[in-house]
Amino acid sequence: MTRTLLLTFSFLCSALLPPLAQAQQWPLPAARFEVEGRKSGYFYLGRQTQILEDDDFQNPGMFAVEAGSALWRKVEGEAGLSCASCHNNAAVTMKGVSARYPRFDAEKGGIINLELMINREREQRMKAPPLKYESEQLIGLTAYIGYQSRGLPRAIEVAGPAAPFYEKGKEFFFQRRGLTDISCAMCHDDLAGANLRGDVISQGQINGFPFYRLQWRSMGSTHRMFEWCNTSMRAEPYPYGSEEYLNLELYVAWRGRGLPVETPAVRK
Amino acid sequence: MVRLVLAIALLVAAGTAAFAQQQPAPRVIEVNTPPLVPYRIVGNTIPEPLTAQPGDPVRGKRVVTDATNGTCVLCHAMPLPEEPNHGNIAPSLAGIGSRITVPELRLRLVDAKRINPDTIMLSYYRLHDLTRVQQQYVGRTYWAAQDVEDAIAYLMTLK
Repeated sequence: MTRTLLLTFSFLCSALLPPLAQAQQWPLPAARFEVEGRKSGYFYLGRQTQILEDDDFQNPGMFAVEAGSALWRKVEGEAGLSCASCHNNAAVTMKGVSARYPRFDAEKGGIINLELMINREREQRMKAPPLKYESEQLIGLTAYIGYQSRGLPRAIEVAGPAAPFYEKGKEFFFQRRGLTDISCAMCHDDLAGANLRGDVISQGQINGFPFYRLQWRSMGSTHRMFEWCNTSMRAEPYPYGSEEYLNLELYVAWRGRGLPVETPAVRK
Repeated sequence: MVRLVLAIALLVAAGTAAFAQQQPAPRVIEVNTPPLVPYRIVGNTIPEPLTAQPGDPVRGKRVVTDATNGTCVLCHAMPLPEEPNHGNIAPSLAGIGSRITVPELRLRLVDAKRINPDTIMLSYYRLHDLTRVQQQYVGRTYWAAQDVEDAIAYLMTLK
């Protein structure tokens, strides 16, 4: 029995190790977390939290990456397919993908992010039900796919057909809202580095999402963080996956252009 | 070049003269947004208290240090060593009672944006011109009228 368990365990480990081993060189040198004044949230962390992110054996977000790795190979839906059936080895096929999301999507005529793209693939190709936004499965898959681009610079396209959506996202970022009557920009553009009580205000960059937030003791998507920020401002949030948050995600991603993908980042 | 300098000098002189002659009366704005207590803004002040009951500095200290409701120490340093982690976004409130009058402080707490529209300072007693307030806070203010008067009474003790 023990031997069977051990064998199963070692088999699982070997199944997991190849994609992990093929990832970008990690940790990155500290200088890579700042690009032309744009600073990753990593820059504002205490050293202990940075170490947590740097070390894959300590990073609690790696559990989500591993869960996503298993889901990548899991056959679901009427078409009898898994992600791997078409996309094979994620370390090769998904490398660089999350660095380009969110993006304009012609089929939708709007902005699509990684979460919604995974669900479209599930529905259209796998004939499987979409995963609930913020579910462990969807967080796992986005973390696993994001992880394949770790260390690569974010390259977000906002010209051409994406431009009007970028403008809407930017407008959201500068709009005062809620009972506090404060905009995203007032803190994250103007006050990054200052102390809000015991917290250091960051630039609000999203290059490490989905991320592990110590305060939540769990992973979270970009849209969960938007919701948290909005309600902290006592502003009515928008639903996960809403057009408002997709446009905002596009603007905020562009705002952090060139920053390395850090998925799964660890934040306070 | 000389002509340009002369022209500017003339303009400045004319402006100064006009200002000296007019001495415009301070702007007066009546604010009436029920169910809030109506008040009158005169220049950068609200001269009259919002409530008949005088401010209570002991209660006021509790109001301004309520961590669940926009406490001052989020952004300001305060002479309160027992409170951890004071913010450094805004000026220190040490000695505020010596630098400001009660009517000035009242407007700054009620609606600081009347003084500086771009300020990040919260408006603790205001309902108008807000965007997408979270449902559970619609129609509510950070503080009640008496909280404002109590907070003033406390802050004015910081000499």
